Amino acid sequence: MSKILDELKYSESHEWVKVEGNIAYVGVTDFAQKEMGDITYVDMPEEGDDVLAGEEFGALESVKASSELISPVSGTVVLVNAELEDAPEKVNEDAYGAWIIKVEMSMPSELDKLMDAAAYKKMIGE
Amino acid sequence: MAQLSYLPHTEADIKAMLERIGLGSLDELYSDVHAQFLHKGPYALPDAMSEQEIREWFASLEAKNAKLKVFVGAGAYDHYTPAVIPYLCSRSEFLTAYTPYQCEISQGTLRYIFEYQSLICELTGLDVSNASMYDGPTAAAEAMKMSIACARKKTRVLLSKALLPHVIKVVETYAKFHGVEIGYVPATDGQTSLEALKAELAKDDVAGVIVPSINRFGIIEDHTGFADAVHEEKGVLIEYCDPSALAVVKTPGEWGADIAVGDGQPLGLPLCYGGPYVGFMAVKKEHMRKMPGRIVGQTVDKEGRRVFVLTLQAREQHIKREKATSNICSNESLMALWVTIYLSLMGPEGLKQVNKLSSDGAHYLKAELLKTGKFEDVFPDKPFLKEFVLKPKAFPGQMQKKLEEAGFFAALDTEEGYVSFCVTEKRTKADIDALVAIVKEG
Amino acid sequence: MNFGVDTGFYPLGSCTMKYNPKINEEMAALQGFAGLHPLMHAGLTKGANVVYQEMNKALAAITGMYTFTLDPCAGAHGELTGLMIMRTYHIKRGDLKRTKVIVPDSAHGTNPASAAVCGLEVVEVKSLENGRIDVEALKPLLTDEVAGIMMTNPNTLGLFETEIKTIAKLVHDAGGLLYYDGANMNPLMGVVRPGDMGFDIMHLNLHKTFSTPHGGGGPGSGPVGVAKHLEDCIPDLRVSGFHGNFGVILRAYAYILALGKQHLRKVGQYSVLSANYIKECLKDKYKLPIEGVCKHEFVFDGLINDGAHDDVHGATTLDVAKRLLDYGFHAPTIYFPLLFHQALMIEPTETESKETIDAFIEVMRKIADEAAADPQLLHDAPHCTPISRPDETTAARNPILKYQDTI
Repeated sequence: MSKILDELKYSESHEWVKVEGNIAYVGVTDFAQKEMGDITYVDMPEEGDDVLAGEEFGALESVKASSELISPVSGTVVLVNAELEDAPEKVNEDAYGAWIIKVEMSMPSELDKLMDAAAYKKMIGE
Repeated sequence: MAQLSYLPHTEADIKAMLERIGLGSLDELYSDVHAQFLHKGPYALPDAMSEQEIREWFASLEAKNAKLKVFVGAGAYDHYTPAVIPYLCSRSEFLTAYTPYQCEISQGTLRYIFEYQSLICELTGLDVSNASMYDGPTAAAEAMKMSIACARKKTRVLLSKALLPHVIKVVETYAKFHGVEIGYVPATDGQTSLEALKAELAKDDVAGVIVPSINRFGIIEDHTGFADAVHEEKGVLIEYCDPSALAVVKTPGEWGADIAVGDGQPLGLPLCYGGPYVGFMAVKKEHMRKMPGRIVGQTVDKEGRRVFVLTLQAREQHIKREKATSNICSNESLMALWVTIYLSLMGPEGLKQVNKLSSDGAHYLKAELLKTGKFEDVFPDKPFLKEFVLKPKAFPGQMQKKLEEAGFFAALDTEEGYVSFCVTEKRTKADIDALVAIVKEG
Repeated sequence: MNFGVDTGFYPLGSCTMKYNPKINEEMAALQGFAGLHPLMHAGLTKGANVVYQEMNKALAAITGMYTFTLDPCAGAHGELTGLMIMRTYHIKRGDLKRTKVIVPDSAHGTNPASAAVCGLEVVEVKSLENGRIDVEALKPLLTDEVAGIMMTNPNTLGLFETEIKTIAKLVHDAGGLLYYDGANMNPLMGVVRPGDMGFDIMHLNLHKTFSTPHGGGGPGSGPVGVAKHLEDCIPDLRVSGFHGNFGVILRAYAYILALGKQHLRKVGQYSVLSANYIKECLKDKYKLPIEGVCKHEFVFDGLINDGAHDDVHGATTLDVAKRLLDYGFHAPTIYFPLLFHQALMIEPTETESKETIDAFIEVMRKIADEAAADPQLLHDAPHCTPISRPDETTAARNPILKYQDTI
């Protein structure tokens, strides 16, 4: 069983969002990290880059696969989790602790389109 | 018809195999192919030859080629190949292996690629090398693409006009289709102009700049200030180098370059009419993930032994498909082995000696040619190594013909109206004197 | 420490690991060829000129194309060159909006990657359950923005695209061109010519179909052939430094001379025979997703009985591959194509004897039995190789890429 946190929002491409006012922290779900296996690299945007909801902003890599990261919200990347550059395994160890980007949202209403924990749980069928 | 030894199936084998499959004839294996597409009638091919006939036919073709002492470089250099290299490279464990996907039975290949990467890094002074590219010009084209990926949002790559002509042409071809705009930096007095470079950089759209370490005139370029200028505009500096010469000239690392590319051919590869050669690429660590091509890394196996594997594969076409850093799959692995053995034999001192002998010969030849009074010196104050250009006072056609007849391939025409010469350690003083004597006569 | 075709059977799907004739090596090493400087004018290279002309003619005869460029240095390099020709064709006609290329979902990764390098947008077309291109799914994709389609025939499942005639007509009617990826040309040698099926552009892999050694990953050679109406699209393209991999071209030429018109057909036929024979002898132990006659290769989707029970997970394709190494065989291509989760792609080639093939079949059956009885034995394989399974995760997380990183 994958871990799902009640207080977060979820996207169909298995990203989670934690909202603090106008700021969104984005990471990947516990289910996604399990599917991926040992993550060897997190390809992240640069601070100051704009991201668009539904568009790719980076990728997770394992030894034999690469998986796109899709932004659940639009806005500007104000911070990337530099810790993951040298320690991508943190995504495996604690998917909800290891946020990937911190976004200043330009369209917070987009959050309404995301799933809550119950809906996401239903989607992954666990 | 005699049986061909490459096809071991006997009539009895074929019959037994067809029976097992449940088919009556070989033709039924193609029952899924529309009859219209089954080729009827004979193929317009020569009759099959026996091994002896092949040998004789190749001998007759070989005899038609001129056998000349080569005094031309321009991207392909006639350095000596120690006998041990072809001997080792033709060992079937290396020669007949595929890409080392099954690492448990490919440690030989993986290990030599690791050694190759180490040697290329040592020569270039950079951090990370890939496992090889097709040739120097395509490596430069890959570097051009890579600079666009590294610099982001910038659309133009600058080429020094002092790069070898074939490098410029291949980079231009790739750029045209990849949608990259190419700009040019002219040479002033035989050297890529820093002033002109700065003027182009000021346009704020430059992702990368490719400059030659030793240029088309044979001149060893001074790149003081180049890296700073390029980095100030957030671009990537790419050095195109002769890896043999890197033993004695400043390395890309020392010039502050981000990427080094070039052709490994001068490291003991036969001229072979242009290939197979081996392109190399080395980059600073920060650009590692944007690098095209295979990379071998060191790790441990279950018992903790030091072993080697293909790594960072998520950049490559078999995983990332259209988002890969490049489409390259097959590279020039065996030629990378060739280079690895060559460099291991030579060592730093041996490679320096190759350069010294070549340079001494080239300087002697240039001085002797100028003495004939038939040439003007073009760049008298510029340093060169084994290659140089002169301006002939008369149309050089007659001289070139006489040189060929006397057994020399020399005085290659350049686009600028000069003729170029190159001397490697294979050319003796007697060779040089004989060449000069022909020039004098003509 | 290293396995090669000369060491043992190498049934690597899509790679055509055939015997590398030794005479070819000797011919390519002749000093009269090896000593030629690439900038010598044609008057000095008359023997080499003959090789290029004769190779061009022979490849055209074998494939039904009009003419070839021998400049590309590998298969993917050939793809890129071929796509450049495709774009040049449209650009010359002033048809500038054709910037998309259709690629089947079963294609080798180099196809979409080459398209991207060539500045083309990739549009994927799905395969049917029988492994062939879905013609109905293709139709709506054929807009006036499509430059062409890239196909492998037989495809990466080793299956002949039976609808090729319809596909060719649809693509041509829509103003697009057909590109043939010659990676799977071996079964068609002497039997079917891509040019006759309607392909306009193609590449060959001399290091697969024409017996030149793979050299641990190269050098290869990827000549590109075109139909007559594309002849004038080649000359402007400079894709490699000089004249391509001449040394490889020489080897392939020697091979073609050994085959001649008399033996060519046997290459195709025997490669297909061997593949079908192995398939029939193993399909009671391994899952065969698509029945019917295959070409030079075929794909199993893992074991029928992988030995999974209670808490013990079953033997995977990776396990089977690693166990094969213990028995002295190279593994087939695994986990490709992506259409099946446990893909195991087997290509025997025509140069392996029935004796070798039977030995391989016996071992594959034995491994299937081992898996059913004790999957752990396979999970731990290989047991007899110079090294055991390496830690690839650490290799990728903390890259050590040169000797200098270790000190």
